[in-house]
Amino acid sequence: MTVLDRFYEGDIRALSKVISYVENQQDRYRELLGRLFRQGGHSLRVGLTGPPGAGKSTLVNCLARAFLKQNKKVGVIAVDPTSPFTGGALLGDRVRMNDFPSDGRFYFRSMATRGALGGLAATTDNITVVYDSFGFDVTLIETVGVGQIELDIINTCDVVVVILVPESGDSVQTMKAGLMEIADIFCVNKADREGSDRLIMELRQTLDTRKKIENAWRVPVISTVGIQNKNIDRLIMKLEEFVAFQKESGKFEKHRKTQLKKKIENILQEKISGIILDKMKEFADFDKIITDMYEGKTDPYTLAGELFDRVSR
Amino acid sequence: MAKKIRVLLAKPGLDGHDRGIKVVAAAFRDAGMEVIYTGLRQTPPMIVEAAIQEDVDAIGISILSGAHMTLFPAILEEMKKRGAGDILLFGGGIIPEDDKIALEKMGVARIFTPGAPTEEAIDFLQKAVARKSSDEKIM
Ligand code: B12
Ligand SMILES: Nc1nc2c(ncn2[C@@H]2O[C@H](COP(=O)(O)OP(=O)(O)OP(=O)(O)O)[C@@H](O)[C@H]2O)c(=O)[nH]1
Ligand SMILES: [Mg+2]
Repeated sequence: MTVLDRFYEGDIRALSKVISYVENQQDRYRELLGRLFRQGGHSLRVGLTGPPGAGKSTLVNCLARAFLKQNKKVGVIAVDPTSPFTGGALLGDRVRMNDFPSDGRFYFRSMATRGALGGLAATTDNITVVYDSFGFDVTLIETVGVGQIELDIINTCDVVVVILVPESGDSVQTMKAGLMEIADIFCVNKADREGSDRLIMELRQTLDTRKKIENAWRVPVISTVGIQNKNIDRLIMKLEEFVAFQKESGKFEKHRKTQLKKKIENILQEKISGIILDKMKEFADFDKIITDMYEGKTDPYTLAGELFDRVSR
Repeated sequence: MAKKIRVLLAKPGLDGHDRGIKVVAAAFRDAGMEVIYTGLRQTPPMIVEAAIQEDVDAIGISILSGAHMTLFPAILEEMKKRGAGDILLFGGGIIPEDDKIALEKMGVARIFTPGAPTEEAIDFLQKAVARKSSDEKIM
């Protein structure tokens, strides 16, 4: 019996092995993903992002419990940064996830970014395919603690929750681009602390000044206290409203199609550039080329064009 | 890409001494490993479940409370029960020499006590994981 056979039977160890296989991009991982992809498409992917320590893991914990109560199977992917210097990583999001059922209805996997800079690992998106095909109704994805521009989450989710805390207040007004633009729902966590009302007001004001587009989703701002499990029902309600809105307006499908387009373009790019670089190495001596460029005998702009012309002939 | 060593570090029972395990976690990370830290008050079933979900090569346990002669065997037992016997179990803490020998006989791969340099644990883990091999077919 292969690992995949056991995966289909719902075996958790097999699921874990498949995830590692995909994460490590072992020999036949694309073939494997191809098979899994065809049985998927049902899992709702919810992304949670926000600055370090905002309470992402705490809210993942709350949401997971709430979804389990609705009798849904819940899978979590939590990403933490890899050190660019040592290649190591300390994955600590699991600390907030105690006392979950171990009967296969809840699954939690920590991932290291392994060099990717967009707030997720390069393979996180592929892991959502694995979760989907394993049969999780909901996939919760926690990014690393982000600044303004780590936005890969939008390519991997159906809905993005941006989590802020009262301390984020000062920076919100100046945060014009990036993080502030990707939220489908804003969640001001740590509402037990001073300053949360002000932040909520500021966020609402900022949203109001945005250009009004007809029939657009109005991004709600809600507050939660993760450590007290407070207002989680409201967060769930907004999630459900958003998904319903997306589905009714056709945006859900459109969004997924945009993601699929990106996905196949990425795979093609990877493949094509690999093939082309290999071919070039057959006739071009890269060490020499680099020295020539360094000494000013040639330049990368012209040379790249020449090399490409030679390959494409 | 070279396969990363993944290791789960956990503190079982009510033992709140977490300085040592945090030192070890940082050292493992700096040696290029992916360290999953689960924190305090873990029961043996929680530890083994986490190890399975995270697909780790090894489980590292830290015990300074004196309960090591019940907790290590309980974890080994749970691993067997869950079919996770191929995962390496090791650990450290305040553990007398006689107990250390007994535990290593039982199936705990290695125990590190105060004073043992973290380099030793890193070296041990790298070699032990390199020796592990799997002939499972993926599909
Ligand atoms: C600091 C300390 C505390 C601090 C802990 C702070 C913290 N957050 O960690 C505080 C003050 C809170 C504390 C409280 C208590 N403590 Co105290 N404490 C110590 C002390 C002095 C040092 C421990 C320490 O941090 N060492 C430094 C770290 C870096 O070393 P380490 O943990 O040993 O880890 C190294 C190795 O053992 C090994 N290692 C350890 N784990 C692992 C795991 C792996 C995977 C690997 C590879 C290696 C490894 O590598 C590490 C690095 O070299 C020890 C005495 C001692 N000399 O050890 C007593 C000691 C551990 N405490 C003890 C006791 C009794 C208590 C209390 C019960 C006291 C009380 N009556 O209130 C409480 C219990 C609290 C609780 N909830 O568990 C006793 C335990 C007795 C026993 N085991 O039989 C000790 C041994 C003191 C004694 N001689 O009586 N304590
Ligand atoms: N006061 C208060 N503290 C909270 C709340 N939610 C979470 N915390 C605390 O905030 C700290 C960080 O919480 P996490 O859930 O780990 O935050 P995170 O965003 O996942 O952190 P990273 O993954 O490290 O970026 C912890 O000490 C939590 O207990 C809250 O609603 N109120
Ligand atoms: Mg977290």
